[in-house]
Amino acid sequence: MPRLTVWFVRSSLMYLLLGFTLGALMLWNKGAPIHPLLWRLLPAHMEFLLLGWTLQLAMGVAFWILPRFMTKRGNVKLAWAAFVLLNLGVWLAGVGPVLGAPAWVTVLGRGAELGAAATFTLHAWPRVKPLMPEASSSR
Amino acid sequence: MPLITRTFIKTGLIAFVLALIAGVITAARSLLPLPSFVAGLTPIYFHLFMVGWVLQLIMGIVYWMFPKYSREKPRGHDELAWAAYALLNGGLLLRVIGEPALAAAPEGPWGVLLAASAVLQWLAGLLFVVNTWPRVKER
Repeated sequence: MPRLTVWFVRSSLMYLLLGFTLGALMLWNKGAPIHPLLWRLLPAHMEFLLLGWTLQLAMGVAFWILPRFMTKRGNVKLAWAAFVLLNLGVWLAGVGPVLGAPAWVTVLGRGAELGAAATFTLHAWPRVKPLMPEASSSR
Repeated sequence: MPLITRTFIKTGLIAFVLALIAGVITAARSLLPLPSFVAGLTPIYFHLFMVGWVLQLIMGIVYWMFPKYSREKPRGHDELAWAAYALLNGGLLLRVIGEPALAAAPEGPWGVLLAASAVLQWLAGLLFVVNTWPRVKER
């Protein structure tokens, strides 16, 4: 497993735990009310689990298993940029609304997530390719 | 494919179908005079899909495909994986019963099921993370 995949996957596991913790608090609160303000955790719960966990895991595994160029994985800096932007975006767009931050914080977070999508696409695009000529001709 | 992976994936497939059945019933509320418990199916639809299907598929495949934990225990601690499976599905089942029951009878005792569901699912997430974390490593 390459180093960036370790960062992606371990971060995703932390988001899974955080997202599950928030979800468990809200579900408990639904069945046995603790405090009405707990519902404000919903944006963070969704952001952590959909982007922080599921998307980040998929990106980490894709970085690991997509075809390589001989032994290289192409422009790795772009994939690292995607990692940083995605995590920045998840915190801004997920936690901002919970803390009552102004709307531009959420917009900035979504922008960072868009940046993550764009940089990861630029990284992964050339790796989505057919088999090497010598390998494909032997099949 | 190990037994726990097959169990995760086949249970996930059942949850996938059940989620979409819940989706059809939820959508039909705007067309038909359905009983009040159907209002509780909206979170069931989403969580059967994302937890029952997507997460469970990921858990099964991670357990199968991630780098080995050790030569003696290549897939980590089997008992943790089985416990995570039982807790996750037990928690989901309680929610599938509790949400519609609470929607139909808000004054009834059904909230306890949701609180218990929250604890079981949170524990499942914790055990999955604990078992997976050491397998996320550089070669």
